[in-house]
Formats: sequence, structure tokens, C-alpha cells
Amino acid sequence: MIRSEILKEIAPIIRDHLVVCNIGLPSQELHMIDDQPTNFYMLGTMGLSSSIGFGVALAQDKPVISIDGDGSVLTNLGTLPTIANNATGNYTLLIIDNGSYGSTGDQPTYAGQKTSLTDVARACGCDNVIEVQDKDLGPVLQSAIDSDEMTIIVCKCDSGNIKLPVITLDPVVIRHRFMEAVAS
Amino acid sequence: MDISKKIVDDFVANDVSFITTVPCKQLAGVIDEVEAREEIFHIPSNKEDEGMGLCAGAFMGGKRPAIIMQNTAIGVTINTLATLTQFYRMPLPMLISYRGELREPVACQVEMAVHTKALLNQLNIPTYHFHWQKDVEEFDNILKYTFMSNKPVAILTDANFWGGYGDQ
Repeated sequence: MIRSEILKEIAPIIRDHLVVCNIGLPSQELHMIDDQPTNFYMLGTMGLSSSIGFGVALAQDKPVISIDGDGSVLTNLGTLPTIANNATGNYTLLIIDNGSYGSTGDQPTYAGQKTSLTDVARACGCDNVIEVQDKDLGPVLQSAIDSDEMTIIVCKCDSGNIKLPVITLDPVVIRHRFMEAVAS
Repeated sequence: MDISKKIVDDFVANDVSFITTVPCKQLAGVIDEVEAREEIFHIPSNKEDEGMGLCAGAFMGGKRPAIIMQNTAIGVTINTLATLTQFYRMPLPMLISYRGELREPVACQVEMAVHTKALLNQLNIPTYHFHWQKDVEEFDNILKYTFMSNKPVAILTDANFWGGYGDQ
């Protein structure tokens, strides 16, 4: 499965939850598949999906899911020790690991070679790290959201992209409706 | 006057309850004070752009955030300031140790100091420079201004403000 197929499959699971979605194609795909006010689309700032989502989770009690990519996590590896040492049960980090920088033309990442983000997350002190194959993600993600324990999911999948338009929503609108969803 | 206590008192009075820090020797006292306060959730960051991501999330989650860092961080956070904090119009008080200014013992710090105000100016970030201890009296108003305007705001605090480096 490629990332857009995974997002289509998990859309019903994450629909009613706060989601912070990675820059580029992941946000464009989620926006096209199932736009919700509970989705915060990153329009810039590669690498910070986990940090932004973790900040939301620490500030309030509702479940929060960060959708991140292997390339983006490699950009901001310092996030994993921060998350591990300040764990909060309402947070799930979903790393869609297709071994490539999808939005920039599928250049290979080190996560698709010798580096295991699952091992890195564990070494950083994350207690509950699950590596899962794309087709098995749904139930794993559902139980992570339902659980009181913070979970890091590394979902291994194929690289590949679909053609779709950029998001033209104004960033302040994205932020405003997300904050209203947080407060509701 | 205990400057660190005054600064953190002002944070608390302005309902700032989520503070991330990247350390600097000059900021050690204020970071200790942040850590000691029950009203504040203190989360150290490994890098300043990561910290700004945490602050953006905390703001959207309903808390008032702040970041404490060195001026060298401006060199690594320009993209985050432009494409996250400013693009989405989020408030962020940045309490910054202004290394490389008067009374600085480390020459390399001057190399970023000479760019600091120019970079902040280029980003249209409102910038205040605390040089004398009495300058801290403006901190409360600066925080109010930051959350009124929904902008990142820089407070540069130099060695003279903090009382020098002693025997370092």
C-alpha cells in the first residue's frame, strides 16, 4: 500500500480526533480524502508534525494523532527523546515509513536503508513502540487511540504518490477551525 | 531585585503556563525558576525549532506558551518563525539571551550577535533589548503586547542585564 491508500483506510478511525498532519502530500491527501476541522494541515515547516501534535496533547486532554513521515522524523530526530521523557497517554505518533521523501520526488531516506526508526524510538526511551505493516495498521491505530498509554507506530509501506492539488485554505482558517474543534 | 523571579512572576501573571527552554549559561537562573513553578509546565527542547513546534501545539491546545533560548537560535528557526508562527498567526514570547554583546568573553558569540537584530528586523519581529536591570519593568507589557498581536516577539537580554559573567 502507498500512503494515500493508508490514509483512505484510516480516515474513519481518525475522523473524530485531533490530527496534526505532515507537510506536503500527506496533508494534501488527507485534505482530499476527508477534510475535517479537527485536521491541522501543515503548509510548511518540515519535521515539526510530531512536535506540534505533542504540544496539543500536553495542553489538553483529548486524543491527538500526529501523522508524520520517516523523512520528516529524520529531520527532527530530537523530537523522540522529548516525547519519550514527557509521555502523555492521549498522544499517538503515527510514522508512515515508506523509506522515501515522497513530496520531493521519492528520494530514498536512511529509514529505508540501515536505520530503523522503531529502534531509534525505543533507544530514545519511548516505551510503547509498534512496528506494523500497512495492511495491519487500522486495528493497531484504533487501540493506540483508545489506550491510556502513549504509542509510537511505525507503519512500513510502499513509496508512491498520487497527483492532487495543493491546499488553498488560508493558514489562519486552518488554525482557527482546529482551535474551535479543540475547545468544543 | 531578583530578575529571574520577576520575569517568571510576569509569565505567571500573564497566564503563560507552557514554557520550553534550550539552555544558555546566562539563562540558568530563569530556567531554574521556570522549573520550580507549579503554575508552569516546563519542557526542555533539544533544538529551538522543535520547541517552537511544541509552543504552536500548546497554543492551539489552549495554553499560552513561551520559549527561552539563545540568540544563536535565530539562525536555526527562521523557517519555523516564517512558515509556522507567523504564517498561522500565533503569539510567541521569545526570551533570548543576547550572547556576543558587551561583557561577552567568547569571541565566536559575536559572530551571531552582529546578525541578530538584522535578522529579527528582516522578519518584522517586534524586538526589545534589555541592557539595564530596570528594563525588565517592561516585560509585563511586552507579554501583553505579544498575546494581543498574535505575533512572535523577541526580548533580547544581554550580559550587562544579567550582571555579567563573573569569573568565567
